[in-house]
This record gives sequence, structure tokens and C-alpha cells, in this order.
Amino acid sequence: MFAQFDTSVIANSWVYLFQVGMAFTLELTVLSMIGGVALGTLLALARMSSFPPLALAAAAYVNLIRAVPLVLVIFWFYFLVPYIAAWVIGAHEPVKVGTFWSALITFTLFQAAYYCEIMRGGIQGIPRGQVLAAQALGLRYWQTMRRIVLPQAFRNMLPVLLTQTIVLFQDVSLVYVLSVPDFVGAASKVAQRDGRLVEMYTFVAVVYFVLCCLLSWLARQLHKRVAIVR
Amino acid sequence: MNYQWNWNIFWEMSPDGVQTYWDTLLSGLAWTMATSLAGWVIALALGFAVGAMRTLPNRWLRMLGTGYVELFRNVPLLVQMFLWFFVMPELLPQTAGDWLKSLPNAPFVTAVLCLGFFTSARVAVQVTAGIEALAGGQRLAALALGLDLPQTYRFVLLPLAVRMILPPLTSEFLNIIKNSSVALTIGLMELTASARAIQEFSFQVFEAFTAATLIYVVVNLVVIAAMRWLEHRLALPGTLGSR
Repeated sequence: MFAQFDTSVIANSWVYLFQVGMAFTLELTVLSMIGGVALGTLLALARMSSFPPLALAAAAYVNLIRAVPLVLVIFWFYFLVPYIAAWVIGAHEPVKVGTFWSALITFTLFQAAYYCEIMRGGIQGIPRGQVLAAQALGLRYWQTMRRIVLPQAFRNMLPVLLTQTIVLFQDVSLVYVLSVPDFVGAASKVAQRDGRLVEMYTFVAVVYFVLCCLLSWLARQLHKRVAIVR
Repeated sequence: MNYQWNWNIFWEMSPDGVQTYWDTLLSGLAWTMATSLAGWVIALALGFAVGAMRTLPNRWLRMLGTGYVELFRNVPLLVQMFLWFFVMPELLPQTAGDWLKSLPNAPFVTAVLCLGFFTSARVAVQVTAGIEALAGGQRLAALALGLDLPQTYRFVLLPLAVRMILPPLTSEFLNIIKNSSVALTIGLMELTASARAIQEFSFQVFEAFTAATLIYVVVNLVVIAAMRWLEHRLALPGTLGSR
């Protein structure tokens, strides 16, 4: 049991795990969060558009993405992105896209569907009087959204957005299926090289547990601070 | 774009020489559903127990339940899969660990356990929310009628809570189906893994993935339709959900 638990393998590799693995995981998490929230907000606006084809297309995209497992989506884009890139720049051969870019595009497009639903909830939670008042002041659609509706929706949804980002942070571990050295991938490499699976995977679980607990505590604090007393 | 489409690929023989690629996909779907359903049974049983525990008067039991939920929610599913598959057999006594590793369906058993426990934490959160959403009078009335605490839960609180939380349970069930694809990392040949195998053997990437995607969408729609029907049947009289 724990008698042969060898902590030296962790002591020897933790710098590599954090410098290479965790750096990759965090970079991917933060960049896809930014991309995902931006695209998700646009999708939410599209879903609530008064132009039916746009609303329908956005709804179809969101529902399709939410029906399919992330692992399958990761594979889809891993193979699809080179063809799309070739089509965009007019090349005859599929373009070699690095796994980082492939993963970033995947997570941005995938998470956008989930962020979209959060932002839609946030926007729908804004009292109609706000929009009517903005229109009465003579603001256009984009001005109303940018200056009145979206800032309030963001503020109200900040804790939920952060919770979704914790999910994203955990989901990023699935890039493992592309043999990318993210935090899990790097640990798995060391584990297999040294034959120390028990130690490495336990260590990975503990690190994730601590980080995610910390982030959810942060989300709860944020929730208390941004709650608007009406 | 010089991709060679070949939609007839599904009727060609797969390298095992016994079944066509279409059969490969169907057997993948069967494994996906078997894993999800078996895991769902565990998730419901544990989820209801832990969820109810988090509403008990005893503070220590509540904390225990919350600890359980936090444990399974704050570690990525992939890592939990590895813990069950690689780490757990080593921590058991030698003979039990060896027996577990030599099981013919080790990936399936592991995936069911992992998904069951992982999802149970999510079910527990919904169950707690359902019980807390009931009017406080229900519990007090049950106790005033002379029911003891287990009876209160068995006959009053849980039956009401189940009917209230059917919609979130539907989405958890859809999640367990999607999450079962993570089991391909420990060698379970479920639907996504089957599509991947077709891609590796035949190089028809997009046909294989399109087929798998469509199957997932159809499964999704079927589950949603079935649960809608169940929700209507079980809707609490007097709530907005009932007709």
C-alpha cells in the first residue's frame, strides 16, 4: 500500500510539472476563457436576435455543441482545423496547425456554447425598463448593449462565469488525448518513465483539488461582493 | 481541400474481419449506453443518500456529505478515471488488486465506478437543493404526524424532491452519457473510441466523426423526449409543470 509511496519522484519532477504542464494548462484555460466569453456573448445576442435565421443558427450551434462529448469535439477539430486553415489561405494541402492552436480553437468554440447560455441568462435577468430607458435616451442597439445591458449582465453573472471557468480548467485536462504535455499529460509522462503511476496521479489529483477549492472559494466571495441588493 | 469523401465506408469490413464499420459504431454505442446506465444506477443511489445526508439536523453528517461532494467535484474526471484505473488497485490488498486488474472487462468496471461516483456528487447537489426548496412545513408536518426522521425522508421529503428535480436530473443523465467518452483513455471501446478506431484504420476521419456526432445527437433527443414524458406524468399537481 502506501509503504512504497515514493515522494522523491514528486520532489524531482514538480518543477517540470508546473513550469511546463501547469503553464500550458493555465495558458489554455485563460485564453479559451477570454475567447469563449467573447464569442459566447455574441452567440447569446444572436440567440435573442429578432432576425429569426440568426437566432435559429445560434440556437442550433449551441444545442449541437452541448449534445456532443468534449473528447469527440477535440478530435473533430484536431482533424478539421488543418483543412479549414488550408481553405482559408487557399493552400492545396492541409496546413499543419500546432496542437496548442488546435486545442485553443476547440476549447474556445466549445466553451462559447456554455458561456452563451450563462450570458443569455444574465441578459434576460436585466429589467426591461433598462432597455426602454436606454432607447428613450436615443441609444442605438449596440450602444444599449455595450453601455447598459452587457455591463450589468457581466456583473450579475461573474460568479457563474467563474464557476464555468473552473469547469473549463478541469476540462483542459482532456487535451491529454492529443498527447499534449498539459499538467496531466506531463505527469503521465513522468509516471510512465519512472513507473510511478500511484505517486504521480495522486499528486495531480491533490493539486487540482486544492486549486479548484481555492477558485470556488473565490467565486463564493465574489458572489457575496457583486450581489446587488434590489 | 482534397479530402476524399467515402460515405460507403460504413458498409466495408473492419480489420477484425467479422463486422463492418457500422457494426463497430453500434457496438460502441452499446458500450456507451451500458456504461452510462450502470454508472447512473450508482449515481442515483449514492447521490440520493449523500444529498439527503446534507439536509439532516446533525451537523457532522452534513459536513461529511459536503466533503464528499467537494472531493468529487474538484478533481477533473480524467484524473479520477486514472485514480480508479491505475491507483486504486495498488492501494487495495495485493490479492484484491490483482483480481481487479485481471478482470476481463476491467476498463468497463472501472469506468462505471468512476462515472457513478463522479455523477453521484452532482446528483447529491440537486437532491439537497430539491429538499431545501420544499416548503419547510412539509418536514414539520410529517414529524408532527408522528413519523420518525427516516420515515419523513422516505415517505414525504424524497418523493416530493424527486419530482421537483427531474429536469436537472435529466441534464445530469445527458452528462453521464457524454462523460462516458472519457473512458476511452483507459481503453473502453465506447462510441467516441469506435469513431476514432474507424478513423485510424480507414482514414475516413470526417465520415466516422459525423456518424458518431449524429448518434450522440439522436441519443440526446430520445432521452430528452423520454424525460419530458416522465416529467409530465410525475409533475406535482398545482405546480406550473402540471397540466
